[in-house]
Amino acid sequence: MREVAIVAAGMTRFGELWETSLRGLFAEAALEALQAARADHLDSIVVGCMSAGQFVGQEHLGPLLADEIGMAGVAATHVESACASGGVALHAAFLEVASGASDLALAAGVEKMTDGADVTAVLATAADQEREAYQGITFPGLYAMIARAHMQAKGTTEEDLAWVAVKNHRHGALNPKAQFRREVTLEEVMGSSLVADPLRLLHCSPVSDGAAAVLLCPLDQARRYTDRPVRIRASALATSTMALADRKDPSVLDAVQRSGERAYRTAGVAPPDIQVAEVHDCFAIAEICCIEALGLVPPCSGRHAARTGLTALGGKIPVNTSGGLKSKGHPVGATGIAQAIEIFEQLRGEAGARQVKDARLGLAQNMGGSGASSVVHILERV
Amino acid sequence: MAGIVGYGAYVPRNRIKAEEIARQWGKDPAAIRKGLLLEEKSVPGLDEDTITISVAAARAALDRARIAPSRIGAVYIGSESHPYAVKPSGTALIEALGIAPAVHVADFEFACKAGTEAMFVALGLVEAGRVDYAMGIGADTSQGAPNDALEFSASAGGAAFIFGRQDVLAEVVETYSYTSDTPDFWRREGEFYPRHGGRFTGEPAYFKHIESATRALLGKAGLKPADFRHVIFHMPNGKFPLQVGKSLGFTREQLATGWLVPTMGNTYSGSSPTGLAAVLDVAEPGELILITSFGSGAGSDSFALRTTGLLPERRGLAPTVRSMLDGPRRYLTYGEYAKYREKIIVNE
Amino acid sequence: MPSPRYWREIPTRYRLEAARCTGCGKVAFPARPVCPECRGREWERIHLSWRGKVVTSTVVQVPPSEFQMEAPYAVALVETPEGARLMTQVVDCEPSSVQPGMEVSLVFRRLRKEGRGGILCYGYKAVPAA
Repeated sequence: MREVAIVAAGMTRFGELWETSLRGLFAEAALEALQAARADHLDSIVVGCMSAGQFVGQEHLGPLLADEIGMAGVAATHVESACASGGVALHAAFLEVASGASDLALAAGVEKMTDGADVTAVLATAADQEREAYQGITFPGLYAMIARAHMQAKGTTEEDLAWVAVKNHRHGALNPKAQFRREVTLEEVMGSSLVADPLRLLHCSPVSDGAAAVLLCPLDQARRYTDRPVRIRASALATSTMALADRKDPSVLDAVQRSGERAYRTAGVAPPDIQVAEVHDCFAIAEICCIEALGLVPPCSGRHAARTGLTALGGKIPVNTSGGLKSKGHPVGATGIAQAIEIFEQLRGEAGARQVKDARLGLAQNMGGSGASSVVHILERV
Repeated sequence: MAGIVGYGAYVPRNRIKAEEIARQWGKDPAAIRKGLLLEEKSVPGLDEDTITISVAAARAALDRARIAPSRIGAVYIGSESHPYAVKPSGTALIEALGIAPAVHVADFEFACKAGTEAMFVALGLVEAGRVDYAMGIGADTSQGAPNDALEFSASAGGAAFIFGRQDVLAEVVETYSYTSDTPDFWRREGEFYPRHGGRFTGEPAYFKHIESATRALLGKAGLKPADFRHVIFHMPNGKFPLQVGKSLGFTREQLATGWLVPTMGNTYSGSSPTGLAAVLDVAEPGELILITSFGSGAGSDSFALRTTGLLPERRGLAPTVRSMLDGPRRYLTYGEYAKYREKIIVNE
Repeated sequence: MPSPRYWREIPTRYRLEAARCTGCGKVAFPARPVCPECRGREWERIHLSWRGKVVTSTVVQVPPSEFQMEAPYAVALVETPEGARLMTQVVDCEPSSVQPGMEVSLVFRRLRKEGRGGILCYGYKAVPAA
């Protein structure tokens, strides 16, 4: 397998982008990446998108979106893993290049959520339809149960959850592409309306439109496109049981653990080596569970991390400097790519006010459903 | 002799007080409670209907009968509020209870006496020898129109009776049905609430049919009111059953156990059947029980039953009616009640 | 929900039909082809008891459109005596009263109506044990 580098990135703003369609979002992000690399061709395109079919009634995204950027003819396909669709798109594109099948691959993620679909119902299809959604549980409801189990087992409090949102908004306020560029106070978070007890509105990532794209090529060709390539040290996937009922411990995200372990092993690194990370904070509790599962904090102590500043900018292991899903936004399929882009920019020293000093090794973790799938990328400054 | 080999009942846990409904419409709560002898009624949850109520009652009946569900050869559900206009309530029940597929199923309707209709036919099939066991169920979640007298009483609940020839808990001694064409209360297809003839529903309807059926049954069986330990009549409100009992020569004491309506309301096809279940919950062996239903349209089914020595040891195998009426329950506001009874208009 | 799928699911929804792996004893609800514990393929058909205990729960305040009128409602992960875990609403009580450890009975209820003219879908829910 060849070494693979990310050589360029492109991303729309995330938010309620009424004026832009699904294909328009993709085009904006893809063209920005192609332009940054001054690339005029592609060998393959992989698009991650949770459900253009349910959100806007459109399937067959591979050829549709290749065509949209004037690349009809190129090998193009769509991959899906609910909220981890972006991460698995990156994984698929990585394999395209690592295997020698492609020399220049575009990994993109896109989601158009505000065109009038019943968002709650569509997102619930990431859960087990027969055993969970049919019974009336919602997506926030599943994470609320995870939160309750975590509170019972590890003493996590509602305030601990709120601190995650406060931290991520503070970061997001520094991100020009974030959906919410304002800070929130602890009181605002604790006082926001209940969505599924104990999760409140401000514990939950928003409904967003957006797209993100990165260009991959073999490491030994990277200088054609950029003088600061970033190497993909590991790209690892794992799954867990689909239904929350079948998890050994509902407060432990074992798919995240597994994908993290596989990535660390491939890269030959350990959690303390990671200097900056993007993790999947679809709900505040998810960030706490993910940093525990990834070994970025000691076991069972995830609840303290945001409050003590451990995972804030300037802390020992900054997590979600982009603002996370909470503040940056969560156009479902785009998130996995956007996370990789944040780490990409951090490692190239291009993160502006969000810059983590001298970051050399970063991690991006993207998760689907209530933790049934997880994909971890470890990136390194070259 | 054929008779009841298992019985069960179900009353939902939600309630609304008569005075809460009275307040809603600016009526005097005390006058309502005194005039109708109603305190409160049961309210079905948004997830309850005639099918779910029937399943709960039938499960209890099977527990008491101690027979394998597959031995039931016929299932009849009588109701005024079958969930589908076309598709029987009984088919969901036979799948839920493991009675399917070797069984005959039919739904019955005859206003409030659809339950005893189902019981009459189930009994007849067993007596004919066509099946070994047959189940008759009366269950309803019928509605009363807002600001109508019936809104105080229309409630939800049901009872199930399994008939057979072996290990009988109460033998059926005699039956009598009295029927005529009397338009006292009806509902046309597509209408949400039923309509009724006001005071016409009393003497020419309720009283005439219950009295005629009961007197004919007594005559046919050679029995008199004093021979019975318990009597149950259809209960559209608290007053009517007491009045008809008195005019037929029964005492308050004979009526007391089956007179559930003050705290249950009128469960329509479930009304007298649930009263019968409440009586079976406490009756001693060798006692005579009389039950006469009334269904608008109109008709009455009357049954005389005699309990056996097997009853006391079986009745503890499922919840009693009183434990459901007096047990854990939630009182609703009128707004919650309107939401549960789907009286609030929403878009599709 | 389309009729064929609803009908296929009746044994699970109406009768709590489950399967016990003959190799390692793991109970799968609903039944499935491969045992998640030992990857075995031999099963014994069982029915779950109509009772259990709450493992974790939440109260859904923002419901999907089919459950609009029922919100807020409690949903819980319930474990039956056979060791099966299932996701179910807990009704006939104040939603906030549902807590881990609570004993529940499982009952037959109508889970949803498919609009004004579609089929009615039945299945199991939990109520606090009497």
